Amino acid sequence: MQHFKILAAGFGLAALLGTVAASDNHADEAMMRAVKARQAQMQLYAFNLGTLGAMAKGEADYNADAASAAAGNLAKLSSLNAMAQWPAGSDTESLGREATGALPAIWAEGSDVGSKAKALSDAAAAMDAVAGQGIDALRGAIGPVGASCGGCHKVYRQSDS
Amino acid sequence: MRKLTIRLIAIGLLGLFAFWKLTAPKTLPEAAIADLLGDAVNGEQVFWAAGCASCHAAPEAEGDAKLILAGGQRFPSPFGTFIAPNISPDATQGIGGWSVHDLANAMVYGTSPEGQHYYPAFPYASYSRMKLRGTGLQDIADLHAYLQTLPASDVASRPHELGFPFNIRRGLGLWKRAFVDDYWVASEPLDDPSLQRGRYLVEALGHCAECHTPRNIAGGMLYDKWLKGAPDPSGKGRVPAIHALDWSATDIAYYLESGFTPDYDSAGGHMVNVVENMSKLPAQDRAAIAAYLKALSADD
Repeated sequence: MQHFKILAAGFGLAALLGTVAASDNHADEAMMRAVKARQAQMQLYAFNLGTLGAMAKGEADYNADAASAAAGNLAKLSSLNAMAQWPAGSDTESLGREATGALPAIWAEGSDVGSKAKALSDAAAAMDAVAGQGIDALRGAIGPVGASCGGCHKVYRQSDS
Repeated sequence: MRKLTIRLIAIGLLGLFAFWKLTAPKTLPEAAIADLLGDAVNGEQVFWAAGCASCHAAPEAEGDAKLILAGGQRFPSPFGTFIAPNISPDATQGIGGWSVHDLANAMVYGTSPEGQHYYPAFPYASYSRMKLRGTGLQDIADLHAYLQTLPASDVASRPHELGFPFNIRRGLGLWKRAFVDDYWVASEPLDDPSLQRGRYLVEALGHCAECHTPRNIAGGMLYDKWLKGAPDPSGKGRVPAIHALDWSATDIAYYLESGFTPDYDSAGGHMVNVVENMSKLPAQDRAAIAAYLKALSADD
């Protein structure tokens, strides 16, 4: 009988720990889905910037249609409501550097991550307005786009490439 | 017994004298800069190339506020935390009272107008190479003229937060002797003016090696690992190697202009400040830096 009680207590404890672990796992999986979603969005930025950048750099001939399409995509991407992709706690210290470089400062008191995001959507809208108007206009507009990427990455991304 | 004591005291005094001599801060002869008239227009280019605002602007200053060089940014290191001083033209809190000679001694020898050593968080180990180029001292006079045009701030500089023995400035004389190599690191003669300019921008003004070259335990740069990447001095993350980059020269120049890598990721961390500065230079300067880095890569 005594044995049985200990065994039962043991199972009970194991079940309890298991539940905690499973719910942790669940939370982590949800976090990781959000991380993957935002990383996918970043890749879409990079892909469309690649079209514009190749023209700005002189590696590709200027093409007004392709430039407008890429700039339009950037503007749309930067105006998505991405709140759900950035749940509190989905930072590099909680999830590890392998998973994400997002610094906890994003969610900290006094964070201005919202205005950083707005800087990007403003720069992307300005690019969208002029990308079809020639290579000089495109070159002029891509600077602020790059600066807005850097503005956020400077303070909110762990920089250990 | 008494003889021994006298001898020991004599040896001690001799040692102190030798230490004092060996650690004396150096200065340029006043005559070296007697003829130089500053040109603030060129000085602005020197200012961006040398990256003054990245460290001396107030923490989190952006846009035009970066031109108020009030200081206050903190730089953690294994030796303690350095706090950038006010170098705005304020006559009492800043460097408004400095002559060209004072600025040259600070940049080229890390020596203050009071004759004290600066800590090498101020990158004079790189700026010291400015004296190797014909126009280097002129650049300092020009920078001096430009700095005088910036807004003054009366915010007082704060003392560095350093423990013993790093709080003894005099000892830096030995550090400088041991670790400041003020000759070109890429030492082969360069006959291409763009490569020469690139070397000047990377090794002297741009002080790239201060972060991209690893250091020994005493904080001296490991010159045989020039630009080969290093741990971040804050203790978090790494600063990447820029030696033997597989980027094209166009890629490097465009990165310095826009912050975009060849994969259209963007610069992060302190490098964002560097890109902000480099984007204000003429395109041929960014091309010169790229040419220098590609030439380094081709060496081995």
